[in-house]
Amino acid sequence: MPIGVHIKENPAGFHRFDSVWTPTALVLDENGKERHRIEGYLPKEEFAAQLLLGLARVAFMQKKWADSEKLYDEIIQKYPNTEAAPEAIYWKAVSHYKGTNDHTVLGEVPKTLQQKYPKSVWAKKAIPWMA
Amino acid sequence: MAVSWNKDIDAALSQAKGQHKPVLVDFSAAPA
Repeated sequence: MPIGVHIKENPAGFHRFDSVWTPTALVLDENGKERHRIEGYLPKEEFAAQLLLGLARVAFMQKKWADSEKLYDEIIQKYPNTEAAPEAIYWKAVSHYKGTNDHTVLGEVPKTLQQKYPKSVWAKKAIPWMA
Repeated sequence: MAVSWNKDIDAALSQAKGQHKPVLVDFSAAPA
């Protein structure tokens, strides 16, 4: 459900979501709760990957683990060269763990992130999972 | 593919809730 708000036409709508800059894009769940925020311009691929991160987060927060895992995997497959990709690897593993209680999947993540995205903050965040 | 943007925030949120769909809100200052 796409909503377009021009800040001069609808300043109240802009401030309603604590927006402070344009462009800003929000992904909300069906109850209108914000689940992801993108502030500032992004190239097409980065933006598409960020939108998928938002949808994955919506599913994750609804405890739809299989759905969120699938969406995170879509980011990894379609947008491997984006900033969203290492984050998706991290959260895909968490989704899998939440859905199955199989913690072994987490142990693979630090190595993958170190190999593919060594400069990513997500590589650092996964360090405690090192098997 | 053209996106059909809703301008009425409350109506769109209500519709999203009824259809169990997530929402994308795009804030822009670009000239129309």
